[in-house]
Amino acid sequence: MSSLTAPLTEDVSAEPRALAADAGAAAAYLEAVARHRTLGGEELARALGRVATGVRRDVITTIQGAGLGHVGGDLSVTDILVTAYWHTLTLDPTRPDLPGRDRFVLSKGHCAAALYSTLASAGFFPRAELATFAQPMSPLNGHPNRVKVPGVETNTGPLGHGFPVATGCALGAKLLGEDYRTIVVLGDGEMQEGSNWEAAMTAAHYELHDLTAVVDRNRLQQGARTEDTKTLEPLHDKWTSFGWETRRIDGHDHLALVEAMGPSTTGKPVAIVADTVKGKGVSFMEDRVEWHHKVPTDEQVVAALEELSA
Amino acid sequence: MTVTDTPVQVGSPDPAATFDCRQDFAQELAALAREDDRVVAVCNDSVGSSNLTAFREEFPDRLVNVGIAEQDLVGVGAGLANAGLIPFVCAAAPFLTGRATEQIKADVAYSQRHVVLCGQSPGMAYGELGPTHHSIEDLSWMRAVAGLPVVVPADPQQTRAAVRWAAQLGRGSYLRIPRFKVPVVSQESDVFAPGRAVVVREGHDVTLVAVGSMVSRAVWAADALAADGISARVLNMAFVEPLDRDAVLAAARETAGIVTVEEATVSGGLGAAVASVVAQEHPCPMRILGVENAFAPTGSASFLLDHFGLTTEGVVAAAQDVVGRARS
Repeated sequence: MSSLTAPLTEDVSAEPRALAADAGAAAAYLEAVARHRTLGGEELARALGRVATGVRRDVITTIQGAGLGHVGGDLSVTDILVTAYWHTLTLDPTRPDLPGRDRFVLSKGHCAAALYSTLASAGFFPRAELATFAQPMSPLNGHPNRVKVPGVETNTGPLGHGFPVATGCALGAKLLGEDYRTIVVLGDGEMQEGSNWEAAMTAAHYELHDLTAVVDRNRLQQGARTEDTKTLEPLHDKWTSFGWETRRIDGHDHLALVEAMGPSTTGKPVAIVADTVKGKGVSFMEDRVEWHHKVPTDEQVVAALEELSA
Repeated sequence: MTVTDTPVQVGSPDPAATFDCRQDFAQELAALAREDDRVVAVCNDSVGSSNLTAFREEFPDRLVNVGIAEQDLVGVGAGLANAGLIPFVCAAAPFLTGRATEQIKADVAYSQRHVVLCGQSPGMAYGELGPTHHSIEDLSWMRAVAGLPVVVPADPQQTRAAVRWAAQLGRGSYLRIPRFKVPVVSQESDVFAPGRAVVVREGHDVTLVAVGSMVSRAVWAADALAADGISARVLNMAFVEPLDRDAVLAAARETAGIVTVEEATVSGGLGAAVASVVAQEHPCPMRILGVENAFAPTGSASFLLDHFGLTTEGVVAAAQDVVGRARS
């Protein structure tokens, strides 16, 4: 039987508008990451803090412009994203598909605004594109899409998806004999999805020491506190009992994040429970369940940006 | 080459010589793995039932077993594809498609990842194990996922062609690998391509459109109808998605009507796909044979196919009905 390699007759997926790197921003990013790796202590903390403040400001204005978004979780995960992108990960925004690149997966895909703001800060696409977030035909969907947005490794949004995919990325590195890192960021409420614990077992079984899972432990989910919804604690112990090297840190402490995102010391995959504050950086949003996906008013945007101008 | 140009098989499938296509699936997968280092198998504690024991022996480092965890199975497959590998994700069809539908949608199809989803032992293959283990919804579920080819090989040769085709596709697909023993219904010269039906038998009175285990029954039905003076065209519609619309429309125009036959629920599968084309483009009498809104009683696969009327006699009766309606 002949196996004809004709293309499919119909491709139903809409053709996305392509986003390309901002060469200037990308060059500045690569230079900054190289510099950050030579820094330590307060200098590094200040540098990452400046980037994080910029990303938080972009999150606020991006969500205001779109009229939707998950601002609380965006602000809790910002320091994790900024530390990963601006210190730990080895990536080239002008070549987002380079085979040996490190992999980053945002499993809590509803926090796309924070990811987009971080990717734009690094030059994966022009920062001006953030203004199109969730607008008709924008590549910047309400949830990350790898086909449309350079730097996104897999499409997320429904919870419990990114972690198994990241596990596959790390397992692929092992099978291919490559040494790239994979970092996946999970929401704490997302840990109620069973698929994550399936992935946790797989990663431990295959001893994927180049895989790091970071839980953004802000203690709030859409409807209520995590512990009032379905108890997650003792979360650190759960990860440890699943065969992971586990670290628990302040998820807004850049230096602690830098250290925790370092290599495995045990040959096991590394889990970081990063204690965070939902809405971090904007006083009236902090630790308030209603800011899971509330859109700030004009006055609130002014107030938020004021607080984020330091 | 058009559909009607494809060679037409004149003989009948030999009911005495039947095959479990999982063996051909596994052999072709191993052959591919020898040719291409990127090919890996991923399974959910299904090394035996997916017939991967020999693959594991030959390629111990290229068989990933995630244990009994189907959502993780598909997600890990997508991640392996991200790494540059070509994963063949193997699991019992009801659990692969049912438990991981959203992973198939989001991580494979929507993410445009080259993952070959291999649903083993579909339809009523696990007859006695009951409806939890019957995979009759998979065609409907997978057909509903955008951009995901749905392929139902009918015999060993077509199974091998499907494996080879999916390996070079560059994006995800769903292969339904038969376990119910089937006779040979295809020929070396058949074309295997998306959106292309195979004309197994030419005919001008009625058209029988079948997939998988039902193709041989459709051919035997055509034999019986011929004895009755009815000339039945038989199409092997191995690609349920993308469907061969041209072949369907030709059948609607050139014959009195269409009978579809599938080892699956009638809610949204092959028959629904054909009916959608016919109803919108060229209405003609149709009968859709499959399982109608029912969970099966206890029994072997062949008992259950008989129970649901998925038999040569059932196809003959439906074809006679279609022809009768067209003439009245």
